[in-house]
Amino acid sequence: MVRLADLPEWERDHLLDLARKAPTFSTRPFVRGPALRHRRVALISTAGLHRRDDRPFASGRGATEYRVIPAGTPANDLVMSHISVNFDRTGFRSDLNVVMPVDRLRELARDGVIGSVADFHYSFMGAPFPPTQFEASARQLAGLLKRDGVDTAILCPV
Amino acid sequence: MCAVGHYLEEEGIATTLISLVREHSDAMRPPRALWVPFMLGRPFGVPDDAAFQTRVLRAALDLLDADEAPATADCEEEAPGSVEVDEGAACPVNFSRPVLDADSNEALAASLQDEIEQLRPWHDLSRSRHGRTTVGVSGLTPEDAAAFVVSQLKSAFPQGDEATAHARQVKFVCDDLRAYYEESGAAQPGRLTPAALERWYYLDTIAGKVLHRLRDRCMQSEAPALQHLGKLVLIPRAIALGVRA
Repeated sequence: MVRLADLPEWERDHLLDLARKAPTFSTRPFVRGPALRHRRVALISTAGLHRRDDRPFASGRGATEYRVIPAGTPANDLVMSHISVNFDRTGFRSDLNVVMPVDRLRELARDGVIGSVADFHYSFMGAPFPPTQFEASARQLAGLLKRDGVDTAILCPV
Repeated sequence: MCAVGHYLEEEGIATTLISLVREHSDAMRPPRALWVPFMLGRPFGVPDDAAFQTRVLRAALDLLDADEAPATADCEEEAPGSVEVDEGAACPVNFSRPVLDADSNEALAASLQDEIEQLRPWHDLSRSRHGRTTVGVSGLTPEDAAAFVVSQLKSAFPQGDEATAHARQVKFVCDDLRAYYEESGAAQPGRLTPAALERWYYLDTIAGKVLHRLRDRCMQSEAPALQHLGKLVLIPRAIALGVRA
């Protein structure tokens, strides 16, 4: 449970320190869009997920890259190479959807709650700080999402 | 994640965020955020509970209907946890054979292979139950991963740029070993909590003993990448600081 009062002191201090150092932005973009039932939706994770045969995440210059996860990728083809050992991975080991709800999103599309699921989802490894380092990768990703017809992204941290 | 969302919004993609740490999203003020009371690593709350996951997902998507920013909401639903078991029942490995004297690296290697062999049926059960395994980042089998990790207790570490690549390889191999153990332990009776599984792996197994030795050795290295590996990456902080001892 991530209520800071429930965490050990070292973890609470670490998370509060990151909050104090978090960047602020001069703009407040807020993109509106069509009704939910017409939206095309992608999932973006920071869990360090990638296909089994793809490159693991690295520290240093490669740390802000993303990995492409085709929407039909079987769960068994996905592994996690996040550098941190300080978040739970047992949930992911049991069920990909607790980290990246690919099946749940597909069900919502089937039921007409959303318009469609993107052809591709994406994962970063959310360790680099400050997170402004992700700007180039994120803007590049936006172009790919548009080419996929995606108008909405669900951001799934770990 | 807030920063990625900010840049996506600037490029014209609407975003809605699952926020695991409210203080972070309060600081960075994303346009839409669903605050969830779940443990780090579980943004959708509960594995193998499709209905629960769907409710979280729907709550995040519903924020897209808001006309003004910021659109935020609390997820009121707690994630039901598995029952914590006592320490005596928290060691899923039944060592029917005596564990060798593990003072020497050779004995440690033999004991580790023995431990992996004993866990094999449970790992097979896990694979059968879930239809998958998350072992596989390093490309090594658990047996080869174990042999590699033990070899790091005595072989000379590379220096310079090679040390960085080597630290990376060690990390991936250790991740695979942990995945094998956690998947095996979770398959056994008792429904261990994530914290209990972590305690068991790092404090009660031969693999954990090897990792603590490797951690100490890395921290004595002169290569910064290996020092970093030992200090922050091999052992969770809760274990290293004794919070979960």
